[in-house]
Amino acid sequence: MKKMIALLIVLSISFVSCGEDNDDNIKASAKTTFNFSHDWDGTAISTLDFENTAYTNANGEAVTMTRLRYIISDVTFTKANGDNIVIDGYKLVDVTNGDLTYNPDIEIPTGVYTNVSFTYGLKHEKNIDGAYTDLNSASFNVPLAALGGGYHYMQFDGKYSNTTVTDAPFNYHNIRAVNPGMPPVFPNQETFINVDLGPAAISNNTTFEIKMNVAEWFKTPNTWDLNTLNQVLMPNANAQKLMNENGQNVFSLGSIN
Amino acid sequence: MKNWSLHIICLAAFILTTSCSDEESQLNQGYEPTPLALDIPPLFEQNIIPPVIPSNNPQTVEGVALGKKLFYDPILSGDQTQACASCHAPQNAFTDNTALSDGIDGNFGTRNSMPLFNLAWNYNERFAWDGKELSLERQALEPVQNPVEMHSNWDDVIDRLSTDTEYPELFRKAFNTTTITKELAAKALAQFERTLISSNSKFDNYLLGQATLTPEELNGLDVFMQESRGDCFHCHGNPNNPLWTDNIFHNNGLDATFTDLGLGGVTGDPSDNGKFKSPSIRNLAYTAPYMHDGRFATLEEVINHYSEGLQNSSTIDPLMKKVDEGGVQLSNQDKADLKAFLLTLSDPSFLTNPDFTN
Ligand code: HEC
Ligand code: HEC
Repeated sequence: MKKMIALLIVLSISFVSCGEDNDDNIKASAKTTFNFSHDWDGTAISTLDFENTAYTNANGEAVTMTRLRYIISDVTFTKANGDNIVIDGYKLVDVTNGDLTYNPDIEIPTGVYTNVSFTYGLKHEKNIDGAYTDLNSASFNVPLAALGGGYHYMQFDGKYSNTTVTDAPFNYHNIRAVNPGMPPVFPNQETFINVDLGPAAISNNTTFEIKMNVAEWFKTPNTWDLNTLNQVLMPNANAQKLMNENGQNVFSLGSIN
Repeated sequence: MKNWSLHIICLAAFILTTSCSDEESQLNQGYEPTPLALDIPPLFEQNIIPPVIPSNNPQTVEGVALGKKLFYDPILSGDQTQACASCHAPQNAFTDNTALSDGIDGNFGTRNSMPLFNLAWNYNERFAWDGKELSLERQALEPVQNPVEMHSNWDDVIDRLSTDTEYPELFRKAFNTTTITKELAAKALAQFERTLISSNSKFDNYLLGQATLTPEELNGLDVFMQESRGDCFHCHGNPNNPLWTDNIFHNNGLDATFTDLGLGGVTGDPSDNGKFKSPSIRNLAYTAPYMHDGRFATLEEVINHYSEGLQNSSTIDPLMKKVDEGGVQLSNQDKADLKAFLLTLSDPSFLTNPDFTN
């Protein structure tokens, strides 16, 4: 019976502690969650759309998606005084398989932030060849010898059709721009992207919805011509630069809850 | 009076405890089989996430020993002529050397047998060419009752195992029960299969700084890794992924129309038709013939397929290059070098490891 009472006490404590989020206590720190949602110019994309739904890109091709996965990293909370709190980590968002939620382990101090931002891809100093076992296990690597190693930022595979071709393949693979060779040479430009989501007041556990408009990869400022830029884009430093330019507008903040 | 209530409490406690345990089969309360850690190779430890071992089937010395005995024992088949090892032979990296596998009645199935190694790192736990088996434990139940394989049924097999002179004791040691069930037999087989680890190829030793590659092999590696040349790595992995497979389902352009729907036959989704699991390219020296139906007898044929032989279809993977030209168009030198590289991933010590052979 004593055990029973002890058990009840433990249970009730754990129930109470579960309800903590809803009470009036001011928390010192809070968990953040990032949900990634995807659309094509406003039309929501779900796992069921892969290999099924055809979308029209800016250049007029009908595009179907086979596979879409990408990395976001270093979510950063900036205070009014300019101090940054960086969540050191990354998430491989796997849209094809519906793996869309990033739950960083660490909590951040509650308060008002003038900006929340993240890196699409990996900064150069984090893009270390072979360093991340989960990304290696997912075969997300970039070949070391000729392309400089590290990881893909995005793997976006699909097919396109127009009046001259039907279901021709494309591999819109975004990596650190590189001029291949032995050894590979990295041009000066960055091809990862800093994405600003704007200010946020965090008083409790908070979920950010981050939207990717997939159509934007083909749209602004460069109307992407799949007839010329379709496959073997990894060793094409110029194509990487164009991807980077188009990538500036693909992400936006959905909601903060 | 007091004594009475004490008795009742004791009785109740007794009933409670016994009803939770496995009746009289729980023979030896104190006995625990000996835990056996998987022998994880350094390159796996450093580069990829840990293997999948179900919490309800931990690896044990006794479980693996039982699994090994079952694996090699024709007692599992209908006429007791065929063992798992008949189609999964150690000298062939645990596959067989025929295109389709011959069951006990001389009927051939429709698929090529699969080599068995590094299975604990198949993180999605989707086994068979089409992913229809959802864990090693569940997979192990299938061949016994498959009419074109061992063509037996588990009730008969359990009867034979239960009346055998050795098995009841081996099950007791492995699972602390003499009540033999097909689930326990499957658990033991799965434990043995998880120990089948292959990581001692020339290429592994090259990565560890203990072997050198010839210029031809290095060129072959480059063909494999360059998107502008062979572009094999997107599906078959790279030096940072010692599995050398993504364990994902793709249509690699074998056919324009499908007699075997592959993954599509399992999911019912036409966009999965013609997709099969990418095999590891380890141990190719021993695993001919190749592909899900064993259509290619040699690696030359495989390479020619990717170079010139691709067949277009609605589900062909967009990672296949130059489909309209038939493939990546490798020179004869590049083809030979690619083959030489592929063969550096074969591990002769895996075939003769006494822990794995009968
Ligand atoms: C008659 C030949 C035959 C026998 C006997 C046989 N297998 Fe197989 N095995 C196959 C074939 C063929 C496949 C591929 C099946 C498919 O894709 O439909 C396979 C696939 C497998 C796989 C999946 C491997 C992977 O990487 O996905 C495992 C594991 C396996 N067998 C284990 C066993 C075990 C354990 C036994 C004994 C209980 C056994 N097999 C008996 C022919 C056989
Ligand atoms: C789009 C993914 C993909 C790419 C890219 C790819 N493969 Fe494959 N590979 C597969 C799949 C899937 C299979 C099994 C197909 C089947 O049996 O239906 C396979 C089978 C093989 C096999 C047979 C292995 C066995 O055990 O039967 C070899 C060898 C092979 N590929 C080598 C290569 C080489 C070399 C390249 C580059 C020239 C390459 N692959 C490119 C997906 C791919």
